[in-house]
Amino acid sequence: MQIPLSYIARNLWVRRLTTMLTAGGMALVVFVFAAVLMLDAGLKATLVATGSDNNVLFIRKGAETEVQSGVARDQAALIESLPQIARTANGEALVSKEVVVLNSLPKIEGGKRTNVPIRGVPPVGLTLRPQVKIMTGRFFRPGSNEIIVGSSVARQFAGVEIGQALSFAQRRWTIVGVFDAGRTAFDSEIWGDAEQLLQAFRRGGFSSVIAQLATPSAFDSLIDSLAGEPRLTVDVKREKQFYEDQSRQLSNFITYLGMTLSVIFSLGAIIGAAITMYAAVATRTGEIGTLRALGFRRSAILTAFLLESLLLALVGGVAGLFAASFLQAITISTTNFQSFSEIAFSFALTARIVVNTLVFALVMGLIGGVLPAFKAARMKIVDSLRAA
Amino acid sequence: MFFLKLVFRNAFRARLRSALTVLGLVIALVAFGLLQTVVKSWYAGAEMASGTRLITRNSISLVFSLPGYYRDRIRSIGGVKGVAVSNWFGGIWRDERSFFAQFAVDVPNFFAMYPEFRFKPDEWTDLMRDRRGAAIGRQLADLYGFKVGDRLPIRGTIYSGNWEFTIRAIFDARDQGTITRQMYFHYDYLNEYLKQKVPRAADRAGVFVVEVDDASRAAEISRTIDAEFANSLAETLTETEKAFQLSFIAMIETIIQVIQGVSFIVIVIILAVAANTMAMTARERIGEYAMLKALGFGPPFVARLVLAESVMLGAIGGLLAIALTGPVAHGFFESIGKTIFAVFEVAPITYLWQALAALAVGLLAALVPMFRAANIGIVDGLRHVG
Repeated sequence: MQIPLSYIARNLWVRRLTTMLTAGGMALVVFVFAAVLMLDAGLKATLVATGSDNNVLFIRKGAETEVQSGVARDQAALIESLPQIARTANGEALVSKEVVVLNSLPKIEGGKRTNVPIRGVPPVGLTLRPQVKIMTGRFFRPGSNEIIVGSSVARQFAGVEIGQALSFAQRRWTIVGVFDAGRTAFDSEIWGDAEQLLQAFRRGGFSSVIAQLATPSAFDSLIDSLAGEPRLTVDVKREKQFYEDQSRQLSNFITYLGMTLSVIFSLGAIIGAAITMYAAVATRTGEIGTLRALGFRRSAILTAFLLESLLLALVGGVAGLFAASFLQAITISTTNFQSFSEIAFSFALTARIVVNTLVFALVMGLIGGVLPAFKAARMKIVDSLRAA
Repeated sequence: MFFLKLVFRNAFRARLRSALTVLGLVIALVAFGLLQTVVKSWYAGAEMASGTRLITRNSISLVFSLPGYYRDRIRSIGGVKGVAVSNWFGGIWRDERSFFAQFAVDVPNFFAMYPEFRFKPDEWTDLMRDRRGAAIGRQLADLYGFKVGDRLPIRGTIYSGNWEFTIRAIFDARDQGTITRQMYFHYDYLNEYLKQKVPRAADRAGVFVVEVDDASRAAEISRTIDAEFANSLAETLTETEKAFQLSFIAMIETIIQVIQGVSFIVIVIILAVAANTMAMTARERIGEYAMLKALGFGPPFVARLVLAESVMLGAIGGLLAIALTGPVAHGFFESIGKTIFAVFEVAPITYLWQALAALAVGLLAALVPMFRAANIGIVDGLRHVG
């Protein structure tokens, strides 16, 4: 026979202050745990969404980022002639030869300068990134000193409003629009005309070449073509893979740090749960005896106390998760050391994180409750009745 | 004396519970201490910066280099004692995980400005003789077991290709704050290669390290240097070495703020655990408190009893935590911390914070139970069944 769930729930209610404090401690641990997972998910979502499966990205052999890379003009022309690359009806290759440089701009908050990527894009670059849309203002005119800024840049940096101008490389660059790139890394960039930027920065070659594949499955044969072309000293990656790789270090850092903290904190919460449950067992010794005398088995007592501990953890878990869900409104901006530039991303709550977090809370409740529950179940009827 | 004895006996009546509470307190306070040390270690690079050293870089961003001839023009500015080229190399040894910083510097000029790096005379001579020679910091050498004479293959990311260095010298730190977790090699080796392969990138410097003879004139000289190159193709931004290092830390400031925030959450968690213990203790002893009152002890005495017990638990936890933090930090540094941090020392102020936190937890945890115990009516209390 089972002890009714309402009896278990009421026991928690009777000791409101204790229940609240224990569940509160657990909620904080759960909050930290969920926040870490959400931050990591947000970073990955931003960077992975940046790349498209259809696009490939060429950078100089050995380079890790677009900023480090350099692709000479003759190399770019060779890439254009590769057969695996998609072409328009007129036979023009869908290849965007781009230049990426870093410019340090002051943040609105605190005025500290951090690096913002400036990307020179030819008109075809927009065809390859259909997610980029103008929010306010207009696109830059090709061949002009006009630039447009990503939505995250517009939010976080000073002096980047439409009509203002940035001075770098001995020129003034007028801002004519703000673009939204659907929560991707492009939101943290400034875009301008590729040829103008190349000239201003006196660059001989491009930073990277982005191309659309004729068919998504052409990637393997593209790699074979590259291997058979000794003049080309470039590495190629699927665009999605490239951006995923860019998130690796920061993602690992967040995960290691966050998980270490969660484990340490959870020890505190487990101890809290154990204290509460030991006290519950101690104060209800008489009750346990009575229940046993009424015919409830040891296993029923064990289950009842375990359920009580799990319920306590669930309350804490739901509260922590509820608080963490508000984090979704926050955007974090930090320097990605792999690309050495600022990237903005938000906390993302996924179904998987909800499940993982609640499981984490229940495991804490289980570990904290198991010893007290065994203590309760092992009590002898006579002793416990006498203790009351 | 009698009072203390009573408090002590009370605290250890529920032995398991008190032990668990103290254990929770210790874990949380040690975690707090470690997190604070992590934050402090991040700033270690800025701490070793000297007030007489300036860094001149391209004003657009660090990714842009400066023409090599700037060195002589900076050198001719009044108050400047020395100028050296320093160039971030950004190569990868073995794999990305075993990261360490490499700089191409003009060795004699550069180390003349960094007396905190100590060389053995014979190793210094060898380093000067070998153009492919590299100088490795003591911490870095210990971390990966590098020895003088070892060959060091490094894959370039900014300067593509496979590079071969020979370790000619291992330099030591003059004092504790000095970081020796990096590698320096001859700028000429890099430059000769660039002259052949990428002439456009040759004869350029990532940054110039500028030594001034008077630290109080640093700001003035910085402005003079920047004015010298204003409106040129490569405008400069000169700042003190410390400001330069801090600008790196500012990039990841968000993460440091998160760690700071989290380290205070630990304190709140443990406060919840301790407050819980005190609340339960007080509730169980309501009958006793009523008895004490019936015997003539006033509410202040009962409140003090609860408070003293809570503070005692806090103090025990605090003392144990302070004793353990040092060894735990050392263990962390020896096992995994060395790949991330150059120094990992618990600062005295961190111990002070731990002590204050333990005291605060002890005081705050007792608040509600104190109030309850003091205000319990004698009749209700005696009637109360735990």
